[in-house]
Amino acid sequence: MNHLPALIPMALFIGALLVPLCRGGAQRWPYWVALASIGIAFAGSLSALFQLLPDAEPIRYFFGGWLPPVGIELILDPLAAFFCTLVTGVGLFALWHGSSLVEPETPGKSIPFYSAVLLLLGGFCGMLLTGDLFNLYVFLEISSLATYALLSIGDKRAPVAGFRYLILGTVGASFYLLGVGFIFMMTGSLNMGDIAAILPELGHSPVTLAGLILIVLGIGLKMALFPMHGWLPDAYTYASSTSTALVGAVGTKVAAYVLIRMLYFVEEPIFVSEAIPLSTILVYLGAAGVVWGAALAMAQTNFKRMLAFSSIGHIGYIAMGIGLASPLGFIAAVLHCLNHAIMKLCLFLMCGTLAAKLGHHTIGKLDNSLAVKMPWTMMALAITALSMIGLPPTAGFFSKWYLVLGSLEQGRWLAVAAIVMSSLFAVVYFFRILERVYLRAPGVDEEAEAAKPPVGRDEARPSMLAPILILSFTLLVIGLGNFLIVRHVIVPMMPAGWSVEGF
Amino acid sequence: MIDFLHDYYAYWAIMLLLVIGLYGMLMKRNLMKMLIGMIIFQNSIILLFVTAAFKWEATVPVLKEGVSAEDVTNYLNPLPHTLMLTAIVVGVAIAGVGFAMLISIYRTFGTLEEPELLERMKER
Repeated sequence: MNHLPALIPMALFIGALLVPLCRGGAQRWPYWVALASIGIAFAGSLSALFQLLPDAEPIRYFFGGWLPPVGIELILDPLAAFFCTLVTGVGLFALWHGSSLVEPETPGKSIPFYSAVLLLLGGFCGMLLTGDLFNLYVFLEISSLATYALLSIGDKRAPVAGFRYLILGTVGASFYLLGVGFIFMMTGSLNMGDIAAILPELGHSPVTLAGLILIVLGIGLKMALFPMHGWLPDAYTYASSTSTALVGAVGTKVAAYVLIRMLYFVEEPIFVSEAIPLSTILVYLGAAGVVWGAALAMAQTNFKRMLAFSSIGHIGYIAMGIGLASPLGFIAAVLHCLNHAIMKLCLFLMCGTLAAKLGHHTIGKLDNSLAVKMPWTMMALAITALSMIGLPPTAGFFSKWYLVLGSLEQGRWLAVAAIVMSSLFAVVYFFRILERVYLRAPGVDEEAEAAKPPVGRDEARPSMLAPILILSFTLLVIGLGNFLIVRHVIVPMMPAGWSVEGF
Repeated sequence: MIDFLHDYYAYWAIMLLLVIGLYGMLMKRNLMKMLIGMIIFQNSIILLFVTAAFKWEATVPVLKEGVSAEDVTNYLNPLPHTLMLTAIVVGVAIAGVGFAMLISIYRTFGTLEEPELLERMKER
């Protein structure tokens, strides 16, 4: 039996237990232990991705040797391997950037912080890999507990926002559990593959329908889908930089993955799109979220809060892709999960850099001295902003492109209008910052300006700069190589029987 | 109609609990009451699983003399109960984290009433 599926979450959970043991050792030990265990998980997921990619069978791991549907199994298929690589990769970059930030932001508490980070990533990887509905609930709660803890670290107001998220997040997880209960009552099984085989035989009974709707509702809450996004802005704004970067970049994507898994792999795609209007609802909720998030992002004065609102918009794109229930929609959703994770990670890390160098992230206080002080960071900001807006050849353009193609294919003009409008809004809220950084002088008085001493170079330290630069160049690489990624990585993970012309 | 209400009375009680929990979370303005609402909500779901697993004229899944193991309908399905053991543990952990957050909020702001809390958050 291939042990790779179990190795990925186990490396992270064992790391979470080892970190507190480093208390007596040198000060940097917890950091290196955390980094090493994320590194092992990343290497495992990456090697799995390469093993699986051409057209291999998924790797299945049976806990305790109990065969499904009785036992619990972990399934490592291309989709899961891709998301595991994404999650652990994001963890690596966030910790690299945080190497000099975590200690000052959480004085004396860095050991529990690293433990919580590892639990968070372990819970996410468990959610991605498991083939059992109840097991998914347990991993969901493990990652949620770590999220609540991480988001409550930071500002004095962070625990209030974190508490609100705890209440709503638990409601979401409980709705999911209720939905699983309904499906379990009808099918008598918790194994995803088994349920996928039983459900078509049962037909569309109201109980399974109710179960499915409850699951979508619960996961939608976790994912911050449009009308259920209320917890997100406060929680992201007040939390510490490294935890926002981690949770903001991958937390909502993992929920999106669960939605993809439930709607396309456990249920039949045809059931979701034709028997009930669930996919249409998802498309329009997504479209509403896209416009709403972008419109509110324009109104924010705090850089981090603006990013939180734009996250709501970008989750909307992913929901639209999922809701289209077509190959092009699937490509758009998965590609945008990758792109948005990298863009948001890069931007939230920049927030951390700004907070460390300037002590604030208020947009009104930024001016063109920044372009002199931190030219490299600002260049990365410009590239990422272009990608958020969706200008070619950056990565952000291509996922929106597939989304527009998919919407046109089904004649959903309203969705296309929402995508275009939100991109225009994104131009407003990012160019507002770029204009300040590159063009606006600090003062209004020109003479006083001339008298001021010239601003010297004051770039962030390499451990903060390097991850940001690498991530922003990755956006260009993904953008230029997107055809290869779609053809060799995303198309093989589509549900059986789907294909797209041209790939 | 009466039969329908009577046959499913346990489910009606669970639904009532669920709604009480939701009411506590959404309508109450005190954070502690919100947390209590959340715990009631979770427990109603645990009760739902346990109730759904029950059936008349069946016994606990332990081999017993006189009850044939050939016919599985003589025994209850133990799976929902074991699942709910896990769910109870998860619920306790969440309640613990919630209480810890409430303590930290109370230490910082000196109140758990939401309107006052929002006032005091603005001052900082």
